[in-house]
Amino acid sequence: MITLSIIGVYFLAVLLIGGFSHRLFAGTSEDYFVANRSLGPALLLLNLFGANMTAFAVLGASGEAYSSGIGVFALMASSSAMVIPLVFYFVGTRVWELGKRRGYVSPVQFFRERYGSDSLGLLLFVVLNALLIPYLLIGLAGGGITLAQITHGVIPKWLGSLLIVLVVLAYVAYGGMRGAILVNGFQALLLLVLGGLACWGVVHQLGGLEAAFAKVGAAHPELLARAGKIRPLQLLTYTFIPLSVGMFPHIFIQWLTARSSRAFRLPVAVYPLCIAIVWLPSVLLGVLARIDFPTPAGAAANTMLVRMVERHTPGVLVGLLAAALCAAIMNSFDHQVLAVSTMFTHDIVHHYGYRDRLSERARVLVGRLFVVGILALTFLLSLVFDPSLFKLGVWCFTGFAALFPILLAALFWPRSTKQGVAAAVLAVAALWSYLVVTEWRSPDYTLGGTGILPVALVLAVSAAALVVVSLATRPPDAATLAIFFPAAGAAEEEEAAAGAVAGGAMPAGAATAGGALPAGAAAAGAAAAGGALQAGAAAGAAAAAGAEPLASRGGVRPEPPAV
Amino acid sequence: MTGRRAWATLLYAALAALYVLHNDLWLWNDRRLVLGLPIGLAYHLGFCVVTSVVLALLVVLAWPPWSTR
Repeated sequence: MITLSIIGVYFLAVLLIGGFSHRLFAGTSEDYFVANRSLGPALLLLNLFGANMTAFAVLGASGEAYSSGIGVFALMASSSAMVIPLVFYFVGTRVWELGKRRGYVSPVQFFRERYGSDSLGLLLFVVLNALLIPYLLIGLAGGGITLAQITHGVIPKWLGSLLIVLVVLAYVAYGGMRGAILVNGFQALLLLVLGGLACWGVVHQLGGLEAAFAKVGAAHPELLARAGKIRPLQLLTYTFIPLSVGMFPHIFIQWLTARSSRAFRLPVAVYPLCIAIVWLPSVLLGVLARIDFPTPAGAAANTMLVRMVERHTPGVLVGLLAAALCAAIMNSFDHQVLAVSTMFTHDIVHHYGYRDRLSERARVLVGRLFVVGILALTFLLSLVFDPSLFKLGVWCFTGFAALFPILLAALFWPRSTKQGVAAAVLAVAALWSYLVVTEWRSPDYTLGGTGILPVALVLAVSAAALVVVSLATRPPDAATLAIFFPAAGAAEEEEAAAGAVAGGAMPAGAATAGGALPAGAAAAGAAAAGGALQAGAAAGAAAAAGAEPLASRGGVRPEPPAV
Repeated sequence: MTGRRAWATLLYAALAALYVLHNDLWLWNDRRLVLGLPIGLAYHLGFCVVTSVVLALLVVLAWPPWSTR
């Protein structure tokens, strides 16, 4: 009863925050999809962290620790603690800069313009959604199962999933990204505080850390080390999995919500500590569960965290833990739903069907309709969801991680081409499908039991396809380089200008317009400002290639209210 | 070499070293308790804290040059 009441109060609090967020809504599509790029450092940290912490990860880590011991922390937590902030530092800040300058709201939009290819955009749209939608379904089905377990069936699985869908529908459809951001800030705080509190309660009841681990060591010493449980190659290759964060559409879109690139400083620096705060209790409770539940539990291992808290702490803490788990479920689920809706609205409806014919209001309405449709479809699929499909989750991570080289190339390698990127995406799709089929029954998710995770192979093939095909195809034109790599564009242009001067054909306006700036940068800057610079071949080509920022096409952008 | 560049080089090297240190093969079979925790767990908890410190230095002393706004 206490648990149900706390879950009820929690849902009510989420709805109130979602309702409040609507009061800040500016009514524009940029506000609906990227919260007018107004997020400060603290909310950016909480949202980036919350979106990565699914309930299934927290419960799954606890279940893994119950079976495999303390090595799970090194495998899943400390590898993410280093890799994910570095992705924010190198990639997130660069994506934000380009997104702000060019008005991007989705990853597909960025890739389409970067490589000047609608077909590549469409290919990525299909692949990203094919990887994200199963992940979304796993989250919802897992949420329903978790609520059923924690309430001992009082809330059945279908009702748990329905409650999550309805609450998310209320604040995402109503408040869009701004609603999701404010709710998730609250939810991530809840997760950070309550996990530690529940763990402290259990450890205290077991007589303190030392006494508890002495008991585990006496009965199951193998759980206190990694030998025999985790292989060194597994630990090494697991560090590739967190690269997936760069290609998650919902994380890419969240980067675009930042107020400035400097808002990334706090998330980069503090993310490892947040990881430790949430994962340590999860792994500790999983290992300590062997004291009370000594027989290996098989599939029920994922319930160990809940069972330990139930056994050792007062009912109110169980209720609070249930609220924290709901928070973990919803703060990734809502951003994923919004990401799919954003891609459908911008990359399909707006780009192909109603370019320049869709008002701001209509675009928000389409986005809301997609949110409703995606939630309804996901809920219906969750009703027939087979729990054996849960392991598809780690394969979705594999697919996203293997696509990471294309993002890196798009941002930092001017010589990469659309053919190279397409080859990498197709190679990932083909190899990923093959491995899912052949390795599905492998008990430890390693290649032929070697300890090497499949992600290492798919990532290597993806990078090789990208490099080889890019080098074998025609380099991108100067116009593209001028937009995305002003320095590289300038170098090419200088070469061209030198040739032109030698031939006596330099356009008169070039020197004046370029001034002290590199010519490519000047061209890109002027084009971005909507000017009509005619500063030579590269600048003209840049304008022709669509150098006008996407967001400015709908007219004046209103000033955002700060979040 | 500018101050930012020198710091960036130093901190990137520190991160590379951390990546190597993440693979703590020397603790693979060690079951001792340190501060109440198994040493393999305490080590990786400390790893998270040290990583956070290095990243904090990175954002203060060597913010990416493209990140101007």
